[in-house]
Amino acid sequence: MMFTVALIAVLISLVLAMVRAIIGPTMFDRVLAVNSTATLAVLSLALIGFVAGRPEFLDIAILYTLLNLIGTLAVLRYFHPNEN
Amino acid sequence: MMIVAVYGIIRSRNLFVVVMLSGIYSFLMATVMVVLDAVDVAMTEAAVGAGMSTVLMLAVLGLVRSREAPLRHSPILPIIVCCLTGGMLIYGTVSLPPFGHIDNPQNQHVAPYYIENSVRETGSPNVVTAVLASYRGYDTLGETTVIFTGGIGVLVLLSGVMTRRRRFNNQKESDE
Repeated sequence: MMFTVALIAVLISLVLAMVRAIIGPTMFDRVLAVNSTATLAVLSLALIGFVAGRPEFLDIAILYTLLNLIGTLAVLRYFHPNEN
Repeated sequence: MMIVAVYGIIRSRNLFVVVMLSGIYSFLMATVMVVLDAVDVAMTEAAVGAGMSTVLMLAVLGLVRSREAPLRHSPILPIIVCCLTGGMLIYGTVSLPPFGHIDNPQNQHVAPYYIENSVRETGSPNVVTAVLASYRGYDTLGETTVIFTGGIGVLVLLSGVMTRRRRFNNQKESDE
């Protein structure tokens, strides 16, 4: 029950991050929105694992977090400050 | 939510936004695939779709302009073709056997054989690895060759652009 409520909350915040990614006026908003979307997807993955009674999803979630970190770093590496 | 992401990709004219939204789409898709128990495909989707392709797209964006060129023709015909193809694919799923049922064809013939014999025949403790690297070894080798060739092609194209740009800059400096 607790995990289900948490899952719903994570899904709502996923929607909010998505809205920010679409309407976000600057590029920083969008990079941040992508990062938080990926984090929330990882969170929802872990919560789905607990709701479905399969906690081994946690390992996959941890690996996704690593990929997300590398992806965000790579995006910021190619960031041009004068381009908007 | 993925539909919203795709709608944003279609509507947006700034290509940077499109790259960001496709990264989001890939991560959501990877989550869906994990829920469908296709963990290896989901891992590939997260690494390639969300990680590598975003980086490559941004590298390309550094070379071209980041605005989309205006359309020269009406998009009605491509939309009709897409909807038709999607409808036919959905129609094809109707007659598929139920998901994960024990009487399905793929659970009757090869899967029990792999599960019973893969350790003895290939010596690998992981059945998926045994199937990919031993039973379908030539298939995997072909896929690797395709990806390697694609990578070489991209590198050649990018280095050609870089050399031309450097030559152009050098010429400009010598003109001045």
